[in-house]
Amino acid sequence: MIEIRDVSKEFTLHNQGSAVIPVMAGASLSVQPGECVGLVGSSGAGKSTLMRMIYGNYLAAGGEIRVGGVDVVSAEPREILALRRERLGYVSQFLRVVPRVATLDVVAEPLLALGVATAQAHGRAAELLAKLNIPERLWSLSPTTFSGGEQQRVNIARGFAHDYPALLLDEPTASLDAANRAVVLELIRAAKAHGAAIVGIFHDEAARDVVCDRVVDVAQFTPQAAA
Amino acid sequence: MTPLLQVKDVTKMYGQRIGCRGVGFDLYPGEVMGIVGESGSGKSTLLNCMAGHMAPDAGEVVFHTRDRGPVDTVTMSEPERRMLGRTDWAFVHQHARDGLRMSVSAGGNIGERLMAVGARHYGDIRTQAEDWLGRVEIDAARLDDRPTAFSGGMQQRLQIARNLVTGPRLVFMDEPTGGLDVSVQARLLDLLRGLVRDMGLSAIIVTHDLAVVRLLADRLMVMKDGHVVETGLTDQVLDDPQHGYTQLLVSSVLQV
Amino acid sequence: MSDYNFAYLDEQTKRMIRRAILKGLAIPGYQVPFASREMPMPYGWGTGGVQVSAAVLMPDDVFKVIDQGADDTTNAVSIRKFFERTAEVAVTEATTEATVIQTRHRIPETPLTEGQVLVYQVPIPEPLRFLEPRETETRKMHSLEEYGLMHVKLYEDIARHGQIATSYAYPVKVEGRYVMDPSPIPKFDNPKMEMAAIQLFGAGREQRIYALPPYTKVVSLDFEDYPFEASKPDKACDLCGAEHSYLDEVITDDQGGRMFVCSDTDYCASRRAAGHRGALAAEDAA
Repeated sequence: MIEIRDVSKEFTLHNQGSAVIPVMAGASLSVQPGECVGLVGSSGAGKSTLMRMIYGNYLAAGGEIRVGGVDVVSAEPREILALRRERLGYVSQFLRVVPRVATLDVVAEPLLALGVATAQAHGRAAELLAKLNIPERLWSLSPTTFSGGEQQRVNIARGFAHDYPALLLDEPTASLDAANRAVVLELIRAAKAHGAAIVGIFHDEAARDVVCDRVVDVAQFTPQAAA
Repeated sequence: MTPLLQVKDVTKMYGQRIGCRGVGFDLYPGEVMGIVGESGSGKSTLLNCMAGHMAPDAGEVVFHTRDRGPVDTVTMSEPERRMLGRTDWAFVHQHARDGLRMSVSAGGNIGERLMAVGARHYGDIRTQAEDWLGRVEIDAARLDDRPTAFSGGMQQRLQIARNLVTGPRLVFMDEPTGGLDVSVQARLLDLLRGLVRDMGLSAIIVTHDLAVVRLLADRLMVMKDGHVVETGLTDQVLDDPQHGYTQLLVSSVLQV
Repeated sequence: MSDYNFAYLDEQTKRMIRRAILKGLAIPGYQVPFASREMPMPYGWGTGGVQVSAAVLMPDDVFKVIDQGADDTTNAVSIRKFFERTAEVAVTEATTEATVIQTRHRIPETPLTEGQVLVYQVPIPEPLRFLEPRETETRKMHSLEEYGLMHVKLYEDIARHGQIATSYAYPVKVEGRYVMDPSPIPKFDNPKMEMAAIQLFGAGREQRIYALPPYTKVVSLDFEDYPFEASKPDKACDLCGAEHSYLDEVITDDQGGRMFVCSDTDYCASRRAAGHRGALAAEDAA
């Protein structure tokens, strides 16, 4: 489902003397449907960078990233958008929404974008929010006013609203209490059972051990001192 | 899928000065494209050339019309272009008073495009106007009030209703949230997002506000001195800008 | 002979105006620009109508002037005298005898016939100006037949008054093409515009001439659910008893007394001469 071959990445800082910082080279990875791969490596090793490149958020300098047949590196924006809408989900660490939009609508939005009827989309959203212990009285409010943990759970609900065949998880269990953490792990297991190919970053080692079928150390993709 | 709009090599000069030069892109149905750049970057010139308010010196603006397929709107006859402007195209001005008739009631403002395409039943026109007031979250009781009695945010929403009532396929927006309070901006953005999604609209939004494009636009085009310096997926351009100017633009935004 | 050129204007000017008139007749309802001259009367007193009359009058024409239907107001009398003096044409108050009738804000009740010319004085020739003040834009709207705006005006009327409250200068569409301002005639007169006579419209201050050839189709704009109505006060003339003529309301005292009389003075007088009597006509006879 997710095929990464020989991907490299560098940042060119045009406004700081055009410094070129190579951050990744020769990254290759393959994730099968129903498989969950954990990315590990020290802070700054490039876990998030790789994840963002898979999502198309960062532009790879070279190589190939195929998700469900689409090469994210060379695809047109609209192809990536269609991919994100239908096949590739992403739970980031931060919730980014239009202020004042109700939580229920925020969670239902990925389904509405797919053309699911409003009632059905809201039903699914309500189910997830309830499962993640967001009190019903908050559903009509904008999540921008919520606490960090609540925002994170809204973000997770949104990310799991649609059954994506490929899913990227960036620290999904961070800042969650034990009960909610268990719910999230259960959601991940269910997604795997559905056949989703998952790439995740988990600092929470116990969680990683529970859901990941294997881990990949991104340190091996660090460019060797470009001397 | 065929593009709804194909812009090819559009150039507009003001004497020796470049308005915009060699701009080209394809816009597909349902896509929202943002054009950002600072004042004088040529983004408004480009918008006006595309929307037919200004004739480019060179280039084509090919629109996929309902009846004749792709037609270059730069060389099409003026009646045809103006007809497009009243039916399949919409233009949302930065200042609502440029896009509204201030001496005409809200209902008359919304009804004008309907009447322009031949609606002649007062009751039907009024019902549609009322429906659209509701969709842009204005109380139906304000139907007979003039926009002069509306707040800035309401005027902008009325302008949007007036533009969308004929079910256009392409909307041009020039700084649609400029000059509005931040709280009002958010509401307008949410409204626009919903309308774009529900109506399957394609839109081109010119703005200098990066937060607006992040929330509204699928794709982004960055302009500087009349040239396009970078294009791509909105979040990719904002989070991983490749061009020096874009990097400067992104890093210059004040964080809240 | 007076010291003036025939009908005051010099021959070159008359030719220029006649060309504008011919163009107007060729394109019914289209506003033809013309080089309006200074006339020995203020703008708003019918300088456009006077120039058109001057250009069409012939020595053996019979000239009639009405102002709001009346032959005897200051404006009507002075214009009639002006041409009596400068063109030495015969004048009349009888609609049927006149060959050229200059009018301000009315169409005579007696149907006009082929060979007659009706000259309107027009203050504002542009029907779209109410909503679109830019002349460049309104001209474009005419040329591209973009007339949605005209209905916006009628929409506003209904929204504000519950009905189309425009009661004079009611916009019409000519031969299915140009939207035209019929000058401030009451909308009661609109249906009469499909007539046998030639109708010429002159706007002096605005420098526009437009025209309707005989039997031109003239349709008053309206909505399907608010159809056009040629309304008038639901009364009969108190002098001649006419039930289907346009009436003026006249206040007769400070006790609330009032009467309705035909605005067309010639029509009313000829009816009375023929023996018709209205409700208050006894006093008149006494």
